[in-house]
Amino acid sequence: MLAFTLRRLVVAFSVALTVSVIAFVLLHLSGDLATSIAGAEASPAQVAEVRHQYGLDRPLTVQYLDWLWRALHLDFGNSFYFRDSVVSLIATRMPVTLTLGAISLAISLIIAVPLGVLAAVFRGTIIDRLALTFCVLGQAIPTFCLGLGLIIIFAVNLRWLPVSGTAGWQNYVLPSVALGWYAVPAVMRLSRNGMLEVLSADYIRTARAKGLSPAAVVLKHALRNAIIPVVALAAVQFGFMLGGSIVVEAVFSMHGVGHLAWEAIARNDFPVVQAVVLILAAIYITLTFLADVINALLDPRMRVA
Amino acid sequence: MTDMAPTTAPTTAPSAETALDLPPPRRSPALALLRRGLRHGGLVAGGVILLLIVGLALAAPLVAPHDPYAQELSRRMVPPIWQAKGNWDYLLGTDKLGRDYLSRLLYGARISLLIGAVTVLISGVIGTTLGVCAGYFGGRVDAVLSYIVTTRLALPVVLVALASAALVGSSLQGVIIVLGLLLWDRFAVVTRSATQQIAGSDYIAAAKAIGCSTPRLILTEVLPNILNPLIVVATLEMAHAILLEAALSFLGLGVQPPLPSWGLMIAEGKQYMFFSPWVIAIPATALVFLVLAINLVGDGLRDVTAPENRN
Repeated sequence: MLAFTLRRLVVAFSVALTVSVIAFVLLHLSGDLATSIAGAEASPAQVAEVRHQYGLDRPLTVQYLDWLWRALHLDFGNSFYFRDSVVSLIATRMPVTLTLGAISLAISLIIAVPLGVLAAVFRGTIIDRLALTFCVLGQAIPTFCLGLGLIIIFAVNLRWLPVSGTAGWQNYVLPSVALGWYAVPAVMRLSRNGMLEVLSADYIRTARAKGLSPAAVVLKHALRNAIIPVVALAAVQFGFMLGGSIVVEAVFSMHGVGHLAWEAIARNDFPVVQAVVLILAAIYITLTFLADVINALLDPRMRVA
Repeated sequence: MTDMAPTTAPTTAPSAETALDLPPPRRSPALALLRRGLRHGGLVAGGVILLLIVGLALAAPLVAPHDPYAQELSRRMVPPIWQAKGNWDYLLGTDKLGRDYLSRLLYGARISLLIGAVTVLISGVIGTTLGVCAGYFGGRVDAVLSYIVTTRLALPVVLVALASAALVGSSLQGVIIVLGLLLWDRFAVVTRSATQQIAGSDYIAAAKAIGCSTPRLILTEVLPNILNPLIVVATLEMAHAILLEAALSFLGLGVQPPLPSWGLMIAEGKQYMFFSPWVIAIPATALVFLVLAINLVGDGLRDVTAPENRN
């Protein structure tokens, strides 16, 4: 188990390092930084001055290591556009995105897991077919179309929920459904398949043979084992949701990290973009690492991989 | 070789009286596949919708009632015909610049299909090369590939696509290049495991034994035998690419106006959606149908070509 954890840790660290190189290159491909910092009206002499002050005349590897060292201390420099440090910009907007991601994940699990279990228990019946059809249909609806559709139905016509913003819990309902929807088919398929596999196992036959009620068999014996792979997938999906929240935040005008990154990209404010890419990737890498370890703890057969 | 004859001879169904005493005739595998395909409801439904959309897209210059770029400022925001003020000249209404919505929708299908197809071509070549090499050579090559795939998956795809599109310049070509270079991960994963499955088979060993060179072996033995899963991924990834293009265009960093991308049409209609929801409902419906059809075809092809992988 220790060897497995260490191996995964090494992979996670090297992936994070590679992502940091990509994020660094992204910044340097975006144009001459000294000109961006000095502003469009600066004279060549001023630009040269800025270049020297910010250390942009040093070799790229030195600049990368320096940037990485600061990034590890959560210093991502200053935004070109917002006149604020990148870290404080992200810190003030992270809660919105994290809340959105957490509620979305909860919604998708609440919909997908029972649906998958039902489909497996009633395999081959109309319930199973309906659940699978729902998945195929669900997968075809783009997140932003779903978001706009929810706004038209629930905010404009029924007036139950607000159109946009982040003022109260009501503001999170529609965006979370739109974002969580995306993960439903994958989670549902996995819980259905996991359940099918478990239901044909010997210990389930034993549980049935000793006269347990069908509900007890499914909920107490089968679900606990079928849910293990779903834990890993949920972690991965949470990472995807943080990345995908950019679209939902744009649709619902929520000022989270995704919206920040969107504004920053449109304004060529690459220190912000770079930091968001790096932080979201770091969260994803941490989550998948934890999911792998938890999975291996729960299921020793996984430790070989 | 003389006993080959009975296996190739009867491909048609036998008459009623001979069916009783003869063993069932062998059908050609292609015919059997076609039969199974036609019995698969999802595949047929998806295929019909997809063919319809592809046909309309190809025939857009012939069937479109108007020029998709022609502005008629006196006829802005005409509602579609099922609404009170509808006009038979503009079946699906007009947009904020008075351009015919139906014509834009038809030409928009061309953009979605073009982006889907070319993106899949680029990402398919990248992903298949990586996946086949990893699956065939194994060992260190495999370790390097899974590392590359893990790194790619760690990148938030929408965000990186947006940022890269902004860097290379938002345009049709830009979107295709960015998506093509980003969406190869599933190709790599699927072709890797498919190659691993066949790498130990007898015909690969036989090809090796007669001195087949490695590139030739991969091209003539491995690739044809992983074609089925490859086609399935290509179909599903095409839907993925079309969805991402729509999202990028919706966010303003994909295809640029005045091109009639469906994502862009939704973005342009967003400000009118409170009073005229049809402005976004029409392109959104088209998008959902196209993606649904492609996904149905992909799922159906998987069921038909690999029935053992079902569920």
